[in-house]
Amino acid sequence: MKRIFVNEEWCLGCHLCEYNCAFANTVSAGKSKANEMAKALKGKKIFPKIQVEENDGIYFAVSCRHCTDPLCVKGCIAGALSVKDGVIEIDQDKCVGCYTCVLSCPYGAIMPAEDGHVAQKCELCTRNSCGSPACVAGCPNNAIVFEER
Amino acid sequence: MNYVIIGNSAAAVGCIEGIRKNDKESAITVISDEKHHTYSRPLISYLLYGKTDEERMKYRPDSFYKDNDVTPILGKKAVKIDTKNRKVMLDDGKAVPYDKLLVATGSRPFVPPMKGLDTVENKFTFMTLDDAKALDSVLTKDSRVLIVGAGLIGLKCAEGILDKIGSLTVIDLADRILPSILDETGSELVQKSIEEKGVEFMLGTSAAEFDGNKAKLTNGETVEFDVLVIAVGVRPNTELVKEAGGNVNKGIVTDRFCRTSLPGIYSAGDCTESHDITTDTDRILALLPNAYMQGETAGLHMTGTDKPYDKAIPMNAIGFFGYHMITAGSYDGEKTVYADGENYKMLVTKDNLLKGYIMIGDISRAGIYTKLIREQVPLDSIDFELVKEKPQLMAFSLADRKEQLGGVR
Repeated sequence: MKRIFVNEEWCLGCHLCEYNCAFANTVSAGKSKANEMAKALKGKKIFPKIQVEENDGIYFAVSCRHCTDPLCVKGCIAGALSVKDGVIEIDQDKCVGCYTCVLSCPYGAIMPAEDGHVAQKCELCTRNSCGSPACVAGCPNNAIVFEER
Repeated sequence: MNYVIIGNSAAAVGCIEGIRKNDKESAITVISDEKHHTYSRPLISYLLYGKTDEERMKYRPDSFYKDNDVTPILGKKAVKIDTKNRKVMLDDGKAVPYDKLLVATGSRPFVPPMKGLDTVENKFTFMTLDDAKALDSVLTKDSRVLIVGAGLIGLKCAEGILDKIGSLTVIDLADRILPSILDETGSELVQKSIEEKGVEFMLGTSAAEFDGNKAKLTNGETVEFDVLVIAVGVRPNTELVKEAGGNVNKGIVTDRFCRTSLPGIYSAGDCTESHDITTDTDRILALLPNAYMQGETAGLHMTGTDKPYDKAIPMNAIGFFGYHMITAGSYDGEKTVYADGENYKMLVTKDNLLKGYIMIGDISRAGIYTKLIREQVPLDSIDFELVKEKPQLMAFSLADRKEQLGGVR
């Protein structure tokens, strides 16, 4: 299955992936005009499902690894996390926001959603209008790629 | 092969999913004295305050038994295991034959003997869906509720009902709340935040005697109430295995593959002891993730995959009125504390390992700490100063990061 992989040597720490992720999950996602993302996100605190780590000139983006033996799914007390065709999905309607998944994920790749009441995670843009990862499509440097390895 | 599971919660579901990874054909039978489709017990408090409902709190979809070709026998209690003839006896006299059996009987509320308890009209425990519904049915906006027990169950119950009642008092013999998961500073912080929502605590005291709607406490005070909830603790349901001659300490004794000492019989979940790698001791870890993973280990082993469950640690993620905390491991060792009013973090290290942590308020990326504990990562192999500051993969070596994020094996 295709997954998102990180080439940290190419990452400039520009945080575009975070913006593309946040935008991909807004109502105006999919509109092609260049300024739509700015209109949607300008001046707002964003809650992306991918997060750039940085320290001392090193940068890389972290998002769900879609583990084949996922601790988050096994630990979910609500049965809100499941694996569908290799993609770990979250049913936010079932999620009660206990954050056992935050406790479980060894990558720190699940986080509280904007409203603070449920968890959110990368679903490879399979459930928004993008269809394939917006973070990867928008990365100018191939620092994140979507491929089989 | 004929698989039988006593129990219908996380351990049972883990076992079913484990079995079906290897064996799509054989019969699986699930026996439970509860009539409900598999549901998440920890969600009963969320049910009471409306964050979930009976439909959404199902632990697996309605089609789960059908999809996995499971025969559920619900509303019947397993009363005996006949190990000689490999049969589970039910309370209606019927027998269910097994080749491999999982005992996932969970635990039950412990109600200590308390003088005058029989004079209390409205008294409840808080463990099952039926418990929650029964409690809910007597609550009114004027109810004065007394909860005995300031642990996880008592306080989740408090959160679940506070908005629909008049007043709420929680008493506990311990002098602080949540002593099983928090240190003193953590207990204080969380207690304060819960008090601000309107819950009254009376700690370091217990009910000496009940007289109808009055509880006389050991500290001399009296509390009047309309509804009593007893949440002082749970006891594992070990009887079936014990009576069949299996090894039982506090909980049912199992090996790394979740086998009991009885041939063909496995056990998983709150009725068992786990090996806590942070203290190197066997203890009951009554936690849903633990139950699932034990059940899965049993299911895999029953069907020929020897994948040991050998990374059990205590761990809890819980919140009260929007204030969240995540804790894991044990707290014996050198402590490093970070605090800034709302947020609190404590890390415990010993023998070059992270042994435990508490995060309250900001719980971001806690799982990276959990990993350090679970995988027993030597702290001198990572940049621990970085990870102390906040959980981050940056603390791992470049080679490690390439493996974790770059798919390099």
